[in-house]
Amino acid sequence: MESAAAEPSDSRPREEAAEEKEEEEDGDGAAAAPRSGPPPAEQPPAPAAATMEDCLSKKIEITVSEAEKRTGRNAMNMQETYTAYLIETRAVESQNEGQCSPVDSLWRRYSEFELLRNYLLVIYPHIVVPPLPEKRADFVWHKLSADNMDPDFVERRRIGLENFLLRVASHPVLCQDNIFYSFLTQEGGWKEMVNETGFQLKADSRLKALNATFRVKNPDKRFTELKHYSDELQSVISHLLRVRARVADRLYGVYKVHGNYGRVFSEWSAIEKEMGDGLQSAGHHMDVYAASIDDILEEEEHYADQLKEYLFYAEALRAVCRKHELMQYDLEMAAQDLTSKKQQCEELATGTVRTFSLKGMTSKLFGQETPEQREAKIKVLEEQIQEGEEQLKSKNLEGRDFVKSAWADIERFKEQKNHDLKEALISYAVMQISMCKKGIQVWTNAKECFSKM
Amino acid sequence: MPTSPSSMINQYKFEDESELRDLFITVDDPESHITAIETFITYRVVTKTSRSEFDSSEYEVRRRYQDFLWLKSKLEEAHPTLIIPPLPEKFIMKGMVERFSEEFIETRRKALHKFLNRIADHPTLTFNEDFKIFLTAQAWELSSHKKQGPGLLSRMGQTVRAVASSVRGGVKNRPEMFTEVNDYMETFSQKINVLDKIAHRIYKEEREYFNEMKEYGPIHTLWSASEEDIADSLKGVASCIDKCCKATEKRMAGLSENLLPIIHEYVLYSEILMGVLKRRDQIQGELDSKVDALANKKAEKDLITEEIGKLEDKVECANNALKADWDRWKQNMQYDMRSAFTNVAENNLRYYEECLATWESFLTSQTAALHVEEDSEDRP
Repeated sequence: MESAAAEPSDSRPREEAAEEKEEEEDGDGAAAAPRSGPPPAEQPPAPAAATMEDCLSKKIEITVSEAEKRTGRNAMNMQETYTAYLIETRAVESQNEGQCSPVDSLWRRYSEFELLRNYLLVIYPHIVVPPLPEKRADFVWHKLSADNMDPDFVERRRIGLENFLLRVASHPVLCQDNIFYSFLTQEGGWKEMVNETGFQLKADSRLKALNATFRVKNPDKRFTELKHYSDELQSVISHLLRVRARVADRLYGVYKVHGNYGRVFSEWSAIEKEMGDGLQSAGHHMDVYAASIDDILEEEEHYADQLKEYLFYAEALRAVCRKHELMQYDLEMAAQDLTSKKQQCEELATGTVRTFSLKGMTSKLFGQETPEQREAKIKVLEEQIQEGEEQLKSKNLEGRDFVKSAWADIERFKEQKNHDLKEALISYAVMQISMCKKGIQVWTNAKECFSKM
Repeated sequence: MPTSPSSMINQYKFEDESELRDLFITVDDPESHITAIETFITYRVVTKTSRSEFDSSEYEVRRRYQDFLWLKSKLEEAHPTLIIPPLPEKFIMKGMVERFSEEFIETRRKALHKFLNRIADHPTLTFNEDFKIFLTAQAWELSSHKKQGPGLLSRMGQTVRAVASSVRGGVKNRPEMFTEVNDYMETFSQKINVLDKIAHRIYKEEREYFNEMKEYGPIHTLWSASEEDIADSLKGVASCIDKCCKATEKRMAGLSENLLPIIHEYVLYSEILMGVLKRRDQIQGELDSKVDALANKKAEKDLITEEIGKLEDKVECANNALKADWDRWKQNMQYDMRSAFTNVAENNLRYYEECLATWESFLTSQTAALHVEEDSEDRP
């Protein structure tokens, strides 16, 4: 797999995969086109989506190279400890000329990554936004610490954060975002810059979204199916991760228990003449066997992290579906409102009361309104209807554009997911093979020692 | 390792001795018997022999655990300084195995089979009269024979005397050799008990691993149901995990069929050997106290001297018997340990080789598929 940029130290297969896929999609220009449609009203005016060559990931090399413990004061002026991550960026082009371009770097903490992601979620609701690595250690098996300050956890999080940045940088739409670029390059005042965009105000309330999900009548079937798929994906991956953690725990137990042989063999060999050597050396191999599990399981954690990413991606998928439901519900409500206003108008004009209304009742009881009053009402309604029809038109357009661009990104995501998961499964097989080979070696040696007893 | 034919004949190995054997015994067919008072199991004991001392060449009898206990105590009585093979314990609390569970009965049956065969292979014990009666007598004959001879109480008395004499410190003239044996057995006993615990823990961990693995494979199959593109890969992984799961079950079985029983036997053996050493010391003690008596008493000198003579013979016999048996025991122990642990290594090798083959074939199928995809893309 060729890659234009030099790989960062802990390159993950998906980084190359992202670039490879870009090359694949190159020949199929159609894939890029839908994304460059008119942006949804909430977005800031964005340029057409980047072609693959323009993607940020091709222009600059991004790494999260270090993690450092820091202490500071939080919003409530209490002392806190947190980890800061060093983001390094370097222009790619000059590397081709043999020059070493300067490295820019700045420190960011996890909460800033979260802020960036929240911003992207609001501003690009039609995009499946890459997830962040988990905030707290989950699906741990007993040896792994659930402590956020644990060096192994911090290391895996560092890799996860780097992966997040690379994903965003290789996304044709997201990579163009200014806030994202500033995140990578501008240390001071970035937080203020994000807050100034006022994106928080544009966020849909949870309650509103939940309401829409329950009440929407005609969502696009594809999104409904996608929602079910993402629920299933989340459920099955969580289950898998949980069982994997238990299996890892048990495997650890099997290997470590063999380590007990070493000492007793050694002590026993002291009283034996002929058997002594065989026992002693076999014991040594049992120690090697017991120790080998640590590296094996360490590697498996990376595999678990790859699955975890897609577990979190399921939530991102659901977010896009929710946005569609919200827009669709909004549309349905607007259409309903328009219909009822039209009806009201008709009733007033013809004097027939088709639908029950309090106004109708009171006018029956207390007498009807004067013609002038009625005329005024009709006028108001007609204006509202006019407005309503225009709004409905634009909402319809918005909705259709959203569906189009969201679905395009979903297709892109599906390909990425299939590629990445397949590779992950292959890498799992490779790990198992390596573990078996190590086992064969150790037990071959042990067998030889035992046969000399 | 000795390789010459003559030295091989001198090694008292189970399997190799089959060519020299003239006595073949099997223990099988456990059957449950229910009476008004109790429920018990009998085992069928089949003997085939070419020995002239036996009236027939084939015998089939049924024996219960009590009968084996009786045989063992008769052998101990007749040969106090020989190493009588271990019997399976009366009732095993650990492992929470039911008294009449299939597993328990099968384990016991195998141990009883080994017990009788070890006696048959023993150069002295094989010609013991009670052994012959055990193998050949019908149930009622055995019952009536059992009623003869010193009863339980007198046997208990012997043991009490043996313990008492060793407490009195009747080991002042113990030959160097037996002190060495005693020291060896103390350490050996410790180590074999530790090994017993380790082996059981390994079995337990392997079983827990197996239990978790059973659940692991099916999740991948479940996942494949909601996928299209990667469904095959997922099913492939599921199948690999299931195969490895079966392989791990085999590995576990191998452990429980070979290593665990053998180590357990040697745990029992270490107790037996300590008992044998004590009994030798007791016999020695009898001689020593008679010698002391000679020094103190002026009268009955001749009588005591005669008794001393007999006891000296007795001690010499006991010592020689024990020495020969000790050498034999050590050789057998070495053989048993070597083959048990080699077997463990072989089981593990087989396990890893099976798993390796499974995953490699999965990998091949996946990378072949990838190449097909890549090739089809290169074409315009």
